[in-house]
Order: sequence, then structure tokens, then C-alpha cells
Amino acid sequence: MTTMPVRRRRWRNTAIGLSFLLPNFIGFLILTLIPVGLLFYYAFTEWNVFGGATWTGLDNFRQMARDTTFWTALRNTLYYAAFHIPLTLAVSLGLALLLNRKLRGVAFFRAVAFFPYITSIVAIAQIWNMLFSPGFGPVNELLRWVGVDNPPGWTTSADWSMPAVIVVGVWRDMGYYMLLFLAGLQTIPGQLYEAARVDGASAWQRFRAVTLPGLRPTTFFITVLLTIGSFKVFDLILVMTNGGPGQSTLVLAQYIFRKGFEENQFGYASAVSIVLFAICLLVTVVQFVVNKRRSS
Amino acid sequence: MTTLLVPTPAETAAPAAPARRPSRVWRILGYLALAAAGAVVLLPFYWMVLSSLKGNNDVFTIPVQWITTDPVWSNYADIWSRSNMSTWLGNTVVLSAVVTMLQVLTGSFAAYGFAKIRFPGRDVLFLAYIGTLAVPWQSYMVPQFVMMTKLQLTDSLWSIVALQAFGALGVFMMKQFYETVPDELLDAARIDGMSEYGIYRRIMLPLSVPALASLTLITAVTTWNDYMGPLIYLRSPDLWTIQIGLKSFISQYNAEYALIMTGSVLSVLPIVVVFLLGQRYFVEGIATTGLKG
Repeated sequence: MTTMPVRRRRWRNTAIGLSFLLPNFIGFLILTLIPVGLLFYYAFTEWNVFGGATWTGLDNFRQMARDTTFWTALRNTLYYAAFHIPLTLAVSLGLALLLNRKLRGVAFFRAVAFFPYITSIVAIAQIWNMLFSPGFGPVNELLRWVGVDNPPGWTTSADWSMPAVIVVGVWRDMGYYMLLFLAGLQTIPGQLYEAARVDGASAWQRFRAVTLPGLRPTTFFITVLLTIGSFKVFDLILVMTNGGPGQSTLVLAQYIFRKGFEENQFGYASAVSIVLFAICLLVTVVQFVVNKRRSS
Repeated sequence: MTTLLVPTPAETAAPAAPARRPSRVWRILGYLALAAAGAVVLLPFYWMVLSSLKGNNDVFTIPVQWITTDPVWSNYADIWSRSNMSTWLGNTVVLSAVVTMLQVLTGSFAAYGFAKIRFPGRDVLFLAYIGTLAVPWQSYMVPQFVMMTKLQLTDSLWSIVALQAFGALGVFMMKQFYETVPDELLDAARIDGMSEYGIYRRIMLPLSVPALASLTLITAVTTWNDYMGPLIYLRSPDLWTIQIGLKSFISQYNAEYALIMTGSVLSVLPIVVVFLLGQRYFVEGIATTGLKG
């Protein structure tokens, strides 16, 4: 190696390095990078499958401002996120704390809790649709048993379909985030708890003073993931309610799908995509800034 | 700070002080909570298996029957003739295998370049990978469809291969792992005259078997479960995967509850087996990729 001039060696290194990247990068470039770039062009055009794209400037966005269905979809997405994020955080943290204790059967349960996350959406949606069945489903039977006379119609009712979807969303995701929380809990040194005990801190005080601060990086990361996950919620809703009844569970990602693949309005669908993309980006940036300020 | 007091060994070892041991009440509460959470997670799955073994009219009864005395095994025979289950399962197996192989190969190959070879432009390229991990797929699925149409890949299994095989996740995950391998080891091999490709194949690949296993399992399960990709790209029924097929079966026979649950069990079963066999790798894969971001 030392016999080769420096310049030639660097050139050779670059060639070898690129040759490693290339097989993956070509696919990644064509199917991810370029589409992401094209998105920002299509959003300013009018385009359906027939004929090419015509530049229309901000027309799509003006149309969006007047499009009541778009606003419904946005509102529903926010509704889903507003409940899905805090509920999943609370449930998965609770599970992680429970599983972090020395109880028998914890290892088994850790595997079980993860299971909904790796089960297909189609199967999950179908099971829950049957469990939520208004007249004969087990969920409402349980509710009647505990004394609710008039249990909700769940996915058949415009008011209760979103709560039903949120319940299934939390149920599915909790195991995954629990695993992340568990990994975070294991980075908190045991001595801190011992010391807090010596100081006479109660269980609640230990949780507030040791666990929560120790988990801050984990919580931050999980919140970012959860936020993006909530805003892009799609396949669960598509299979469970298909956006209905009415438009009660129509979300942004599904609206993009309808405009793009069912009505073939690629330009308008791309404009809505940009809104989804911008929301996810904005939320992530805000969370990063807040986190930085809080930890400094 | 008092919180930095290091406990003496006696304190950590001796459980004698009763105040420090979780009291019996707490312990019982813990088990109760565990049982409740277990029920919440498992009952839906139990319901699925149970319903798949009932006659169609016995699925919804009041009160709900939580055990069935004579299981209707014939559901598991009928489903094959009532649906194209075997075609769907076959397509999905082929897809999962091809996608996983490509993803693991190209992903680990690229990860080696990113982690262990220095060259100009490398970090910018990696930033592009990381950046797209944060972009929701739902926001670029439309332009991606346009690209696929131009490549004439729609309505063929290749579209799903293209969609899933070059994801950023594999590159990211393998790079994380390769960075933990000390450079000295590679330098020693370089001095011995081994080429970079040789190092990748003879040193890195054998060393990274656990990480490769994690990536394999995660990719295979993701491809198996993917619903949106096949929904958008696979129009011809003989190309359908199990998820699309099951969904169409549900819409077609929406009152055949028992058979629908039978189909659901069959669609989930392979995942259960894979998960039980490789649970450790799943958990490790999730924990390492999850927390470095």
C-alpha cells in the first residue's frame, strides 16, 4: 500500500467505497430519493395519469384551503394523534416499569406484549372489528356486564369509530415502545435508586426524581417516533373503517391515497403529501428544540 | 449530591431490611397487573383461534362462549377450497424470501462502505439515508408510484421487491453494528493483503451474524405483513399476497366469521413461528436500532 502515491490511493479508496454502496444506493435513489424530490415538483402541477404535468403554481394549495374534506382529514389526524401519543406513552411506560421488576413470568410477558406489533394489520383489524361488534361482540358484552346500559356502536358509529381505532392503535404499538422504554430503564444505574432509598424517598418520589429524569433521552426519542407514527396512521384505518362511517375516521394519509390512487389526481395528492411531510418535520424540529432547551 | 452515594456491598446484598424489599401487597399487585395486561394482549388472539374452530353461527353468541367443546376442524380444510389461500401464501413466501435476501445483502454491503471505508462524499450520502428515515412513506407513495409506472414494474411481484429491498433501515442497522468492530482488526487484515471485499466476506459477515439475523427477521416479517405496497401495485389476483387476499376474502364473505378467522390464523401462524424461533434477535434488533437515533 505504501508504494502507491497518496492521490491514487485516495482515488482507489473512493472507487472501492462507492462500489460497496452502489447496489443498495441505485435502488434507494430511484425509489426513495428521487420520489421525495419529485414530490416538491408535482405539488405545484396539475397532473392526472393521462397527459403530462402542467405547472400551476400555488393552485393546489389554494384549492386545499377551500377543500372541506381536506380539513376534516387534518382534524381527524390531529384527533387520533392527540390521544394515541399520550395514551401509548403512558401504557408502554407503565408496562415497562412493571416488567422491569423482578416478578416471575416477566420474560414470557415481554415476548407476548411485543406480539401485536408484528401481527399483520389485516388480521388485527378484523379481530378487533369482531370484538367491537355492537350487538354481540365481547367488548360490549363486558361493558353491559359492568353496568353500561347502552354501550357504544364503535366502528358503526360516527362518534365512536375514532376511539375504537385509537384503542386498537395503542394496543398494537404498546409492546414496541415498551421494549424501547425497557432498554432505557436498564441504563439507569441501580445505585441511584439505592441512594434515593437511603434518603427515605417514597416509590413515587423515586419515580419522579430518578426514573423520569433518567429516561428523558428515551422518552424524547419515543415521542418523536410516536408523533410521526400517529400522523402517518393509515393502513389500520383503511382496513378497520375505510375512513367511515361518513368521514369520521378519514385521515390525511388516506386522503392522499384517495386523491392519488382512486381519483388519479397526482398533483393535488402531492400537495396534500407536502402538508403531511411538513407537519411531521415541524413536530420533530419543535421536539428537538424543546428537548435541547430542557436538557441545557 | 447525595444521589451519588455508592452503596456498600452489604446494602445491596442483604435483603434483611424489610422496608427495602417490595412488600407482599406490592408483589401481589404486580402479579395482578401482569395478569391483567397479559389478558388484554392475549385475549384478542385467543378469540381469533377460538372463533376459527367454531361453527359460523356459534361465533357471536350471548353470552360469549370462551371455550368450545367440539372444535370444527373442517374450517381448516374448507378454507383452501373456498379461497386461493395457497396462491397467496406462495406469493408471499417468495416475496419475503427475495426481499429479505436482497435487503440483507445490499444493506450490509453498503453499510460496510459507510462504516469502514473513508472517502469524500460518504457522510453526505449517509445523511440522505438518515434523512429519508424521517420522511413518512405515505407522503411520497404517489411520486414513487409514478417512478414504478415509468419503470413498468407495476402489477408484477418485482414492484414489491423494488419497494422493500432497498430500504434505508437495513443500511442504518448494519452500520450501527459494523462501527462496533475495532478498526485494528481490519487494518491487520489489510496489512496481510486482504482486499476490502475479502474483509467484508471473511471477517465482517461472520462477525455480524447476530445483526444479520435481526435484520433478516425484521425484513421478512415486514414484507409478510405489508398491506399497502401490494394494495397499490398488485392488481392481478394471481399475484396477490396473503394480506391482500385475506382482505378480499373478508369483503367477499363478510358473514363467514369462522372462516375469516381461520384465514387470519393461517396468515399469522408463520409469523408466530418465526417470532418464537428468533425472539432474541427481534428484541435486540429493535433495541439497537431504536435507541441510537
